[in-house]
Amino acid sequence: MSDTATQGTGRRAWYEPDAKLKRRHAADRRLRAYGVAAIVFALAMLMTLVGTIAITAVPAVTQTVVTLNVEVPEGAVDASDPRGGSYQKILNESVARIFPEVDTPREIRELRQLFSNGGQYALRDKVVADTSLIGRTFEITFPLSDIGDQLHKGVIDRDLPREQRRVSDEQIGWYDRLVEQGRISAPLNWGLIFNADSRFPELAGLWGALVGSFYALLICFLVSFPVGIAAAVYLEEFAPKNRFTDLIEVNINNLAAVPSIVFGLLGLAVFLNFFGMPRSAPIVGGLVLSLMTLPTIIIATRAALKAVPPSIREAAIGVGASRMQTVGHHVLPLAMPGILTGTIIGLAQALGETAPLLLIGMNAFITAAPDSMFNPSTALPTQIYIWADSPERGFTSRTSAAIIVLLAFLVCMNAIAIYMRKRFERRW
Amino acid sequence: MLDTTEASGMVMNKTAEEAGALAKAVSTAKAGHETKIAASKVSVFYGDKQALFDVSIDIPERQVMAFIGPSGCGKSTFLRCINRMNDTIDICSVKGTIEIDGANIYDPKIDPVLLRARVGMVFQKPNPFPKSIYDNIAYGPRIHGVAKAGSAMDEIVERSLQRAALWNEVKDRLDQPGTGLSGGQQQRLCIARAIAVDPDIILMDEPCSALDPIATAKVEELIDELRAQYTIVIVTHSMQQAARVSQKAAFFHLGKLIEVDETDKMFTNPSDQRTQDYITGRFG
Amino acid sequence: MSVTLLFAIVLALAFVGYLLGRSSAANLKTAGNNLHSIPPYHGYFVALWCGLPALLLVLVWMAAQSTVVDQLLLASLPSHLTEGATPARISLMLGEIKNVAAGRIFGTPDQATIDAAARYQSMQNTASLAMVVCTLAAAVAGIAFARSRLSPDFRARNRVDGILRWLLIICSILAILTTLGIILSLVIESLSFFARVPVVEFLFGLNWSPQTPIRADQVASTGAFGAVPVFWGTIFISVIAMLVALPVGLFSAIYLVEYADKRIRAIVKPLLEILAGIPTIVYGFFAVLTVAPFIRDFGTSLGLSVASNSALAAGGVMGIMIIPFISSFSDDAITAVPQSMRDGAYALGATKAETIRQVLLPAALPGIVGGVLLAVSRAIGETMIVVMAAGLTATLTVNPLEGVTTVTVQIVMLLTGDTEFDSPKTLAAFGLGLVLFISTLALNILALQVVKRYRERYE
Repeated sequence: MSDTATQGTGRRAWYEPDAKLKRRHAADRRLRAYGVAAIVFALAMLMTLVGTIAITAVPAVTQTVVTLNVEVPEGAVDASDPRGGSYQKILNESVARIFPEVDTPREIRELRQLFSNGGQYALRDKVVADTSLIGRTFEITFPLSDIGDQLHKGVIDRDLPREQRRVSDEQIGWYDRLVEQGRISAPLNWGLIFNADSRFPELAGLWGALVGSFYALLICFLVSFPVGIAAAVYLEEFAPKNRFTDLIEVNINNLAAVPSIVFGLLGLAVFLNFFGMPRSAPIVGGLVLSLMTLPTIIIATRAALKAVPPSIREAAIGVGASRMQTVGHHVLPLAMPGILTGTIIGLAQALGETAPLLLIGMNAFITAAPDSMFNPSTALPTQIYIWADSPERGFTSRTSAAIIVLLAFLVCMNAIAIYMRKRFERRW
Repeated sequence: MLDTTEASGMVMNKTAEEAGALAKAVSTAKAGHETKIAASKVSVFYGDKQALFDVSIDIPERQVMAFIGPSGCGKSTFLRCINRMNDTIDICSVKGTIEIDGANIYDPKIDPVLLRARVGMVFQKPNPFPKSIYDNIAYGPRIHGVAKAGSAMDEIVERSLQRAALWNEVKDRLDQPGTGLSGGQQQRLCIARAIAVDPDIILMDEPCSALDPIATAKVEELIDELRAQYTIVIVTHSMQQAARVSQKAAFFHLGKLIEVDETDKMFTNPSDQRTQDYITGRFG
Repeated sequence: MSVTLLFAIVLALAFVGYLLGRSSAANLKTAGNNLHSIPPYHGYFVALWCGLPALLLVLVWMAAQSTVVDQLLLASLPSHLTEGATPARISLMLGEIKNVAAGRIFGTPDQATIDAAARYQSMQNTASLAMVVCTLAAAVAGIAFARSRLSPDFRARNRVDGILRWLLIICSILAILTTLGIILSLVIESLSFFARVPVVEFLFGLNWSPQTPIRADQVASTGAFGAVPVFWGTIFISVIAMLVALPVGLFSAIYLVEYADKRIRAIVKPLLEILAGIPTIVYGFFAVLTVAPFIRDFGTSLGLSVASNSALAAGGVMGIMIIPFISSFSDDAITAVPQSMRDGAYALGATKAETIRQVLLPAALPGIVGGVLLAVSRAIGETMIVVMAAGLTATLTVNPLEGVTTVTVQIVMLLTGDTEFDSPKTLAAFGLGLVLFISTLALNILALQVVKRYRERYE
């Protein structure tokens, strides 16, 4: 034995490394390098993801608007029914006053392409709000169209040859004239948050989706929070250990890993077709999401209940409390921070969930925020999906901006969860 | 023997080398065993906390040296310094020198991998790998490239198991998992695993604390046999065990080495009051 | 009256019931009786009896009302409209009537429809009113009944505990009901799909083009439901995803557990977990916006032809999404290997790499395998990334630069947009859903078993 070991090492002292040892250490360094490379790759991907989306979102931070002097002639709008006026025509006339030389039909069409279709509505709303404006000349500010917006932000490169860009030379000239006259500005794009959806990117906003997501999450919370706690309390504190409770346990664990789209199929078959609930409504979305969130909350609650030491229960039972009182007065309040943390994390997941909402029709095109949770609506992630699928260039940056909004919500929710875990964490 | 202790206490730095050599010569002459491990002023820190204070000791070749003392006295910590197992703990730092055959193992040019191939270790709880009995033994020789698979490896496995007095019990089931053996067998398997890389020194950290009395007796018997070929350092909580298996004993208390002596002498006539208190059961 | 308001009223009544119950118990006490339970429990008892049946009634009513009203409406229609009409025709008719009732009038509906719409409107109103009346009656009756039970010997506390306990049990059964609901809805719809398309053709057919003819005389596409190309696309994209996620996840876990110092671990681990918290729709957009164009340009520069919805782009991005699953499962599994295993290997003079490769990984393997299985199940069920970045047409190919389609993409494609519910096209989605559910369930159960056995080993 010792011959084998000392063979070849002959004169060398035991501590002198040989080639074999160098190879072994090289293998060690290689493994370490693989590890570093893997982490660098993963983090680089994270950074690329967040970075590219943030950069793409930048143009959507502002919206290019134009300010025009509009004259609303007495006869054009009836003061008793101000909604009925032909505002597009009024706007067209004010545009024509700035560009009197534009007269061929093709040029007129191209000129009008610079301005958003939403201008007439902005004008209408202004007149409806204050009918004394009829017969006067006043200033109105409304968005440029998608191409005008992109021209202003330099997304469209005006140095490209005509065939390769989406605006004509004349359009560039008219736009430059508007800039010279100081009519163009680019204020913060509040419309992105406070407008409802639209086919025109310059008018599209997230308000409908935000309201829809709020309703859906509210339903999700109202259902899954009490039910989840109740189920967890039963399983952890009351349930006898038998086959049936084992079945429930296995079931909950498996439910947590069922693909989200399957819950969508469930919602479609049961809530929409069987119970005849309204399609695209946040209430259905909320119910589907609550079924998905339930396992998360149950698992988190059970962990929190387990962390409460048995001595607390024994103490309460020792002074004559019933088991229900013990749980209600002592165990649940002590476990509550953990339960809330788990709930917030579950809700954050639900907020980002898209696939089941697609199947129950929450990707409908709806141009107004829902008044109630029974009205058709979109949700934040499905709105992102709709925009991502829209061909207009302006939607690319709006999609990214909407993603940033979604991520901001998620970051806030998770930050609250982490704060609560840190703040209320108790070590027994 | 008292003079030896004092002499080894003097081996503090390079300038005292001559004195150390002299002391070694004296001790060798007396006991008939050369010094295998010479520690000098070893201090160990866990972060800011000092766990070991200036321990200096000579450990003779082919004998069993027992470290005794109350729990938390630093005896295990010191044991883990001898094969640099403390390196695996981030916050742990070691000062001082430990020489094995005259080479300081804390010298930067010393590779702990080579050191540990020479200084085997057996732990408190048996820790066989979740592999077959054969692979448990073969693991060390394989990584050090002592033998590849085949008859050479078979030979090493058989010899190691025989030396660990386990061969007859397991020879028919070498392909079964080592974790399926009884506690005592597992511990002897771990000893066999340590022997298989052909070390000079075997460190044992309370090797019998998780075993029943019969298994303990077998392991102690084995330790006594192994003494012929290996230098053995054993940490033990049990006074009786120290008395049964060791030739020399070192008493640690509160991170300090109090006394080193022949085991017989220490147990009958300790020179330090604290040693006497511990041995007679006043504390610990 | 809106349902929300009704709920609020019932809750208010329950609170009144609580006060009533408590005060009558308090009166009993002042009359010199020895109460079994303290007065608030009598209050809770009355409140529960008031609130629970009423709320239950509202829920059942809301679930049943639309079906019942539809049936009544159908029965009231003139017989020439309903006799011999197909279910599809009837549902179309009902839809039209409801549209008219809601004031969404397209074209000129006939008189029967307009009459029916008026009847529908009045039935809805009657039903809603009846619901309010019945609910309130139930709530008041509950209070009256519960109060009549109160007496000094009444074990209010035990009764309340008992009711609560049943509520808890019902809530935990809801989890089972969800699973049952999933299985039933998938199986029932699939059965009616397999009545039209043979199971064998669905499972083994090689041609998938679910567009059924819009007009009967169209022959171009008769609709083929051989799902093998769809299954293949799912497996192919999952394999690509695992090829990215497995090495990256495993190596980063190894590094974080065995090599990295505490500070780096404390920073990197949460960063990796961020990847798991990003919604999949964001990954989908990332794939379309960045990764797919990058792969296409890169491939083109090498002279390869790359589809804009290549399997590589979808699978690669999915792999990035899965990295944290693999890394955190591997991390847990490696960390769970007892320190004594490491000590044993180091004490024999093993290097870190040798310890990891030959001792830790084999010991942690079951845990890692469990995590990988869960990750595969995740990849198979993942929807948004592939809906946005993978193809729509089912092709049997092993070229990752071509587009393939997946089960989830097809489900979404078949079910979004206005389609009749019982056409083979929509039913096919449930057939695919059933396959998806069974395969992910099998993977999950297997994974949980593996992980469980692994835990037992070290406990």
